[in-house]
Amino acid sequence: MSNNTLDAGTLRDRVQTLATSAGIRQWDLGAACSDDCSVQVDRGEAKQLKAAQRSSIKVRVWNSDGLVGITSTTDLTDSGLARALEGAQQASGFGNPDDVPQFSPMATVPLPQLDRPLMPRQGILPLLKDLRAAEAELLSRHPAIQTVPYNGLAESLSTNLYLNSDGAIRTMERTQASLYLYARAEESGRKPRSSGAIRMALGSSDLDIQGCIDEAVERTVSHLAYQPIETGSYRVCFTPEAFLSLIGAFSSMFSARAVLDGVSLSTRESLGQTLAVPFLSLEDNGLHPDHISASPFDGEGTPTQRLSLIESGCLRNFLHSEATARAFGVKPTGHAGLGAKVSVGPDWFVVGTTPGQTSGQELDHTRETDTFVLIEDLSALHAGVKATQGSFSLPFDGWLVKGGERISVEAATVAGDIRSLLTSILHLEPTQEVTHRGVAPHVWVEGLSITGEA
Amino acid sequence: MTESFSQAWSSTLQALLQRGSGAGADLVEVFLEHTDHLGLLAEQERITSVNPTFARGAGIRVFLNGWDGFVSTNDLSVDGLTRALDQALAMLNLEANGLAGSSSFEGLGALKDYALEKTSWLQQCPTMRDASSRLLEGTSQLERLGQHLQVRRGSYARDWQEVLVAASDGTFARDIRLHQSTGLSVLAADGDHRSSVGRRYGSTDRPDDLFTWNVESSAAEVCESAGTMLRADYVEAGQMPVVLANRFGGVIFHEACGHLLETTQIERGTTPFAEQVGELIAHPAVTAIDEGLSSGAFGSLSMDDEGMEPQRTVLIKEGVLQRFISDRAGELRTGHQRTGSGRRQSHAFAAASRMRNTYIDAGPHNPNDLIASVERGLYCKSMGGGSVGPTGQFNFSVEEGYLIENGNLTRPVKGATLIGDAKDVMPRISMCADDLDLAAGYCGSVSGSIFVTVGQPHIKVDSITVGGR
Repeated sequence: MSNNTLDAGTLRDRVQTLATSAGIRQWDLGAACSDDCSVQVDRGEAKQLKAAQRSSIKVRVWNSDGLVGITSTTDLTDSGLARALEGAQQASGFGNPDDVPQFSPMATVPLPQLDRPLMPRQGILPLLKDLRAAEAELLSRHPAIQTVPYNGLAESLSTNLYLNSDGAIRTMERTQASLYLYARAEESGRKPRSSGAIRMALGSSDLDIQGCIDEAVERTVSHLAYQPIETGSYRVCFTPEAFLSLIGAFSSMFSARAVLDGVSLSTRESLGQTLAVPFLSLEDNGLHPDHISASPFDGEGTPTQRLSLIESGCLRNFLHSEATARAFGVKPTGHAGLGAKVSVGPDWFVVGTTPGQTSGQELDHTRETDTFVLIEDLSALHAGVKATQGSFSLPFDGWLVKGGERISVEAATVAGDIRSLLTSILHLEPTQEVTHRGVAPHVWVEGLSITGEA
Repeated sequence: MTESFSQAWSSTLQALLQRGSGAGADLVEVFLEHTDHLGLLAEQERITSVNPTFARGAGIRVFLNGWDGFVSTNDLSVDGLTRALDQALAMLNLEANGLAGSSSFEGLGALKDYALEKTSWLQQCPTMRDASSRLLEGTSQLERLGQHLQVRRGSYARDWQEVLVAASDGTFARDIRLHQSTGLSVLAADGDHRSSVGRRYGSTDRPDDLFTWNVESSAAEVCESAGTMLRADYVEAGQMPVVLANRFGGVIFHEACGHLLETTQIERGTTPFAEQVGELIAHPAVTAIDEGLSSGAFGSLSMDDEGMEPQRTVLIKEGVLQRFISDRAGELRTGHQRTGSGRRQSHAFAAASRMRNTYIDAGPHNPNDLIASVERGLYCKSMGGGSVGPTGQFNFSVEEGYLIENGNLTRPVKGATLIGDAKDVMPRISMCADDLDLAAGYCGSVSGSIFVTVGQPHIKVDSITVGGR
């Protein structure tokens, strides 16, 4: 196993020397390198074993007119860096004078402490052994499960840097591991069904392999006895994972960049306005202790922070980069990428009930006897979500629950409008669950359109 | 990149292949690449983003007893490549001892150089200034032709890639690939009514493509669609017959069936068609083809990413399954002969069997015959993206749709998603028109995002689930 690392001080000195000789006074960069390995298995055999040493750099330069250009490269040799600086200089000739990013004023303030110890990596052959065992156990748990077509166990060590010509140096190193098991089950005369589970951890030895197997089995087997559902309007309960994936697909509602670009459902005037039911709270917390991929800073070196987005149903804040924060007269929030046109995105959503507020309902998806649809997983969000229009029409996996009995739903879609959905939430269950997408409870919504084959 | 791949790499590559073969590998493959990408975005009257990206790297794959180890690296030095090879060998419990052990490797063949005529293509491509000027023409035309436009965008991407492939079976081949895509998109808004419409145009191996782009007609198409959809009602959901327009309507075959005819899916056990070669799997009206040969089409190739020239592969002929799309690993593991379909996004991915230009062939009907045959259904003029799952369940969204009532197109409708099962829907494609056309797209799968073409004539599906409100 190699160690593909970057030294921030050395890189800064090299870039400064090259920039000076190219006549560049102001620059910043983001760099990343990683060592990854992963395994896949197929009925006990190694299917593919993979490893990668990756390195990349994005460098921005400001030209004599103050305009910005950017270039990316994977060539971190001196000639590669010189070429990147040259490319960025050339691109700066096309910089947008109406929107010039600057260094974040928070790129040198102290960073939050993250408790993310580096975990030892096992190496690829132990990963293979673990995944073989996991697959074998999964296959043994139910006769209908004949293959696990999508599976993988991976671990990585990565380093990320942010440097600028004003002396900012941000570095972080982290280890990360992930496991996914997606099983396929089929019974005679019935259509095949598939489902699975994902786990993440700081190191592969910490992965909850047994929990992943149990969940993959439970979710796959529970869908074997499927039935078509009648088209109509239903009370719906989203699992935490499904609700987070839907909110994530509409995250441009919270992006100041999208607001400025005119492609958000929100406008500048939306702040303080009602967006959801009063008992809903939504925050973005990239520092959450369960967020395995947490980073202490964003692409511009701004510290990551906890930010309230919806409180008591009202929109409280937008996610900002340096440039959008300047446009709104606020501080950057630590959600920026790095670019000539800087992107802005969420880190880790936490959905919950506003303290002191209540829905007035006591719905519980494990005990409810009135008919509802429990949506476990939404598919094809890239195609079925119209983020600029607010509408969605998405295939899903889930159950029709009648009198407490769960009937797996065959081939159906759920459709609606995110703004209507947020104001039609009936109830948030009290238990918040940690998923690989964020934290949320089960969320109940009244009156969503379901289309089935019945 | 300033350096170029050439015959001069042969000694380094031979040494690597000898080292891997001597360690006991059944086959060793080295894929080298340089890329030079340029992306531009215009919004309203400004260029708001210019992104040049340079990359280089190698992907080394070692096969043993049917399975493989794959290592990718950005380090193209001899030491870096040797380290990557040794790591790939170690994954399969093989060890290079530095000595030439018993090996079937007989040396590389003569370099098959598909790049010879293409070395000046990068220089012939539009400069940043050319490209910005064309995009601003586009947003200006949108302003002129559209109404209620809140956002006007033009985007351009140029992907230039030089690859060198060497393998211990003697394969030694070089190619230069050039893909360019140009897109226009708008967000129209009027009160609570909104519509977002985009169109993308893509070509392969045509350096001057952006200069010949018909900006006005592209802008007119986008504006017309946005205007029509601005006040469209949501579609009424249910089971109904559907007529899918030509060109990008071909995404239905791509998702519903094409992916299931890749040997990767046989390996995973996720295709219902694995044992059905020679059997009727679709309506006899359907003949489907996958090839890498159509001039200028987005999925065309001179050679695949394993150094093989692409073939014209008839997948389905008059409803009968003919064969699968196969790559090197697919041939090894499933017995289906390679079809020049080993493709990958970059050196960071191992090649896999992937579609190229995939289309349903033309039939005998006039497009109006298809619409006239439907009493009540949906006409899908423009399609969005889609996907297929491990059980063959597919879905895709409809960007621009119209109701068909009594054989005529009536009101525009939005918000439709079509879902179904490949095995069920293929026999229901009962009519194909005579207006086959192709459209450029991107396909994401096991070996990354690649350039593909989808296509079809107008087709009629007798019944499908239309999700909506």
